Amino acid sequence: MDFLNAIVALTNYVVIPAMSYGSQLALGALGVTLVYGILRFSNFAHGDTMAFGAMVTILVTWLMQSVGINLGPLPTALLALPFGILGCVALVLVTDRLVYRFYREQKAKPVILVIVSMGVMFIMNGLVRFIIGPDDQRFSDGARFIISARDFKSMTGLNEGLAIKTSQGLTVVTAVVVVAVLFWFLNRTRTGKSMRAYSDNEDLALLSGINPERVVVYTWLIVAALATVAGVLYGLDKSFKPFTYFQLLLPIFASAIVGGLGSPLGAIAGGFIIAFSEVTITYAWKKVAVYLLPERFEPDGLVQLLSTDYKLAVSFVILLIVLLFRPTGIFRGKAL
Amino acid sequence: MIVVQDVHKHFGGFHAVDGASLEIAEGSITGLIGPNGAGKTTLFNVIAGVLQPTSGRVTMAGEDITGLPPHDLFHKGLLRTFQIAHEFSSMSCRENLMMVPGGQSGETLWNTWFGQKRIADEERALRAKADEVLEFLTIEHLSEQKAGEISGGQKKLLELGRTMMVDARIVFLDEVGAGVNRTLLNTIGDAIIRLNQERGYTFVVIEHDMDFIGRLCDPVICMAEGKVLAEGTLDQIKANEHVIEAYLGTGLKNKEKVGA
Ligand SMILES: Nc1ncnc2c1ncn2[C@@H]1O[C@H](COP(=O)(O)OP(=O)(O)OP(=O)(O)O)[C@@H](O)[C@H]1O
Ligand SMILES: [Mg+2]
Repeated sequence: MDFLNAIVALTNYVVIPAMSYGSQLALGALGVTLVYGILRFSNFAHGDTMAFGAMVTILVTWLMQSVGINLGPLPTALLALPFGILGCVALVLVTDRLVYRFYREQKAKPVILVIVSMGVMFIMNGLVRFIIGPDDQRFSDGARFIISARDFKSMTGLNEGLAIKTSQGLTVVTAVVVVAVLFWFLNRTRTGKSMRAYSDNEDLALLSGINPERVVVYTWLIVAALATVAGVLYGLDKSFKPFTYFQLLLPIFASAIVGGLGSPLGAIAGGFIIAFSEVTITYAWKKVAVYLLPERFEPDGLVQLLSTDYKLAVSFVILLIVLLFRPTGIFRGKAL
Repeated sequence: MIVVQDVHKHFGGFHAVDGASLEIAEGSITGLIGPNGAGKTTLFNVIAGVLQPTSGRVTMAGEDITGLPPHDLFHKGLLRTFQIAHEFSSMSCRENLMMVPGGQSGETLWNTWFGQKRIADEERALRAKADEVLEFLTIEHLSEQKAGEISGGQKKLLELGRTMMVDARIVFLDEVGAGVNRTLLNTIGDAIIRLNQERGYTFVVIEHDMDFIGRLCDPVICMAEGKVLAEGTLDQIKANEHVIEAYLGTGLKNKEKVGA
């Protein structure tokens, strides 16, 4: 019984949160990795692109809520998501026309594009705060839980409860679907293949008649969609605050780099590695230990390696380790 | 077919192509020879739109194509291979060939989702074609292998195979023969002649192997230090004073010197 309780506590406080956080990071890192692999720069504006897509979704959600449209137990935001994606696509394509295209034509070095993307980041950041404000916004509705802790306890008779939030279930399911579609697209369709070809060998792709501008547009379309989905899922799960999206940039980049920049598979693996590390290192293990250890060994402290205030440091340390010992990441990135 | 007028290409202060002018006749197999660093590859790059010329003009069938991007030139039927073989390393050899005919219906998002049948037909035809080309190049056993993992010579063959996937008008071959064994070199030579005669491709061939050039090419153009030194049949070129001095440097000349 104690063992079961320990497992349930572990699942409840570590596995489930890390799964959903990992899915969000994976979706974010996929966007970063696509831009890196195809457009060849590290897009620092990605966090704020996510914030923008999420913001549009939230505004449309509020509109729908005010006229009484809803999805029953599911969050209304799901209905608003396509509009968010459209808004984000528009923003990103306009940015590309106005900013990135100029540098592409100059054949600017990646370092320059990184700095440019920082500029874009500040502008998007300001735009989002200007439109929706810097504060926390709530927009989730529908049923809060798939299984609540109390139901689980009464169902199983265990001391420990297991809660799965709707947002968590939704996050994982959506991430699986999105990733499956993305991989199908990249590996099976001609558009996807020409994107991979362009990423693999730009010169050869051009001389094979692949139109680079088209590849660029498709890349941005996909990146905007991924960013919006990631942003909305994160917002549903936690809450929406522009600044947190800026902070997400670190774990997202850490995920992409750990997995191997430019490798979509790596981005997903990286997302889960970062998420699980962050959650396990900042989790107070006392609860689990109490069930597993004999009474006299029971820990006095919380058995927490790091306080949650330092969770960003986890990404940072993993990033450092990877860059020192395997700079290309797990999946040896560079080409899609 | 292609007219190059006084093309210059400078890298910083270095004049890689320094006022080259030449003409390539439709239906010919023109050889381009010259010492290492003569600017042959650079001139190819300028013609194929990979590099912007510092000055000068390139026309194709009377149309000014100076500085057009490579993918536009591809659709006009101008193809090239790379001296250092390029490949899509993470794709199989067959997929590499199937990538070539750019601008197919599968490349618009609309068709990706709604034109499945047409794409499937196209893919099937393309696949058959790719297999045919692979067989022709005697590398059909590599069709499933990742192009990043095949040998240097095999990559060269793949380069040539790429030009056979579409109906080109003019093909620029940059040392396709280098690093390929004799028998295969002859096969490549045969392929070039056949494509030239049967499909009417015009070829421009850079090669250091004089036997290969002699077998295929008429006329031959010799470049040195970014300029065109001489043009004519291979025998004329071989007899040309400047060419001997700059490139061929046969023992003949030394003997004369010793004798004198
Ligand atoms: N991107 C570049 N930047 C600077 N210099 C270059 C560049 N590309 C070529 N060069 C220089 O231009 C000159 C001509 O090079 P090119 O590759 O055209 O020679 P080539 O005639 O093809 O020689 P080879 O027979 O060895 O292939 C060389 O001296 C080379 O160093
Ligand atoms: Mg060369």
